[in-house]
Amino acid sequence: MLAALATGSAGAGEIPPAEIPPSEIPPAERRSSFDGMSPDIQAMQRDADANPGLLWLQDGADLWSTAPAPDRPACAGCHGEAATAMRGVAARYPTWDEATAAPIDLQGRINACRRRHQGAEPYAYESRELLGLTAYVAAQSAGLPITTPADARLGSARSAGRALFTRRMGQLGLSCAACHDGNHGRRLGAALIPQGHPTGYPLYRLEWQGLGSVQRRLRNCMTGMRAEPFAYGAPEFVALERYLMDRAAPLPMETPAVRP
Amino acid sequence: MARTLINVPKAATAGEVVTIKTLISHPMETGFRPGADGRIRPRDIITDFTCLYDGEPVFRAELFPAAAANPYLTFTLRATRTGTLTFTWRGDNGFVQTETATLTVT
Ligand code: HEC
Ligand code: HEC
Repeated sequence: MLAALATGSAGAGEIPPAEIPPSEIPPAERRSSFDGMSPDIQAMQRDADANPGLLWLQDGADLWSTAPAPDRPACAGCHGEAATAMRGVAARYPTWDEATAAPIDLQGRINACRRRHQGAEPYAYESRELLGLTAYVAAQSAGLPITTPADARLGSARSAGRALFTRRMGQLGLSCAACHDGNHGRRLGAALIPQGHPTGYPLYRLEWQGLGSVQRRLRNCMTGMRAEPFAYGAPEFVALERYLMDRAAPLPMETPAVRP
Repeated sequence: MARTLINVPKAATAGEVVTIKTLISHPMETGFRPGADGRIRPRDIITDFTCLYDGEPVFRAELFPAAAANPYLTFTLRATRTGTLTFTWRGDNGFVQTETATLTVT
């Protein structure tokens, strides 16, 4: 791993298994939380007329083709049709950002395009605009398997994410792994503890009565652990997202998912 | 303008009972919840939904603060002729939104 980091080679394709931090759940046993949901919530996610996430997708589709200012290109101006340009993109994020020489997640990438390529202000986290665009981009990967990009520069984010996942944090002395590796399938009050795969973000959560990002979900889990949640956009979250995606592959993407 | 999703079957035969589905983006703020500043947020809900079939009311619903955000309403009607379905949502703060769709009867 260290040798690979030093050479810093990037490329497409699958990462060699040795570089993926070990997970407690073997690939063949990975399950989306979708499987554990009640049939009515499953139907709500599947039904193209009942899934409220699609209301945000309409916002995203409009923003994709709207120029932020008359002399600035729309997303579509550079990228063209989202259905072709963005297909499979969300399934391999977070990835490496050359410009900042740091890992970047999908929301960060979209805001980076706003700043660098549209000369516009980045959208606020959890704003209708950022959620809509992120959901629109991510929905172009719906049904495609999550992949693990073979980029040695992501190695330190991968191991930092795993360390965060397995380390105890908060007043209850819990780790993410204690629930999602050790006790998935059991109940916590009314909620079924899922394996904790970020397959469907941004997603519509009935409890939120709205769409939310994966970071909002992680902040919820951290609050539940009585830990101080990281700030939106924190490098810790990007590292956790990278590890969670490695840990979820090859489950299919399901944005915009619905969760209780 | 609020976002809406409306599903009307592409075509129906005369006399067929068809299912119409509607979804609208709306916070349905109950008027009972405190906001971040601790003050109660003013009520902001959709109170009324109607569907007209060529101007004639075929479905109406009243909504109350217990309804979830982004209300999803589904109902059936008997298709008799090709015509226009007019959907209107009304609510607090003068909220009105109207959408139309064509029901084609073959
Ligand atoms: C002026 C051209 C331009 C505009 C406008 C633009 N982008 Fe980009 N986009 C790029 C370039 C160039 C890259 C490659 C990375 C980089 O250089 O930042 C990129 C990369 C991306 C990626 C990552 C693709 C991948 O394969 O990893 C996404 C997602 C993206 N843009 C979304 C958007 C969205 C959403 C908007 C509108 C808010 C937008 N872009 C506007 C030029 C643009
Ligand atoms: C006390 C047990 C517990 C701990 C500790 C915990 N979670 Fe969760 N997590 C849950 C439950 C329960 C849910 C599902 C909530 C629901 O029903 O919507 C969940 C949901 C998730 C999901 C969403 C899965 C989906 O399908 O959308 C992710 C991702 C996740 N957790 C990651 C984490 C991470 C990362 C940590 C550590 C920072 C963590 N969790 C800590 C119990 C826990």
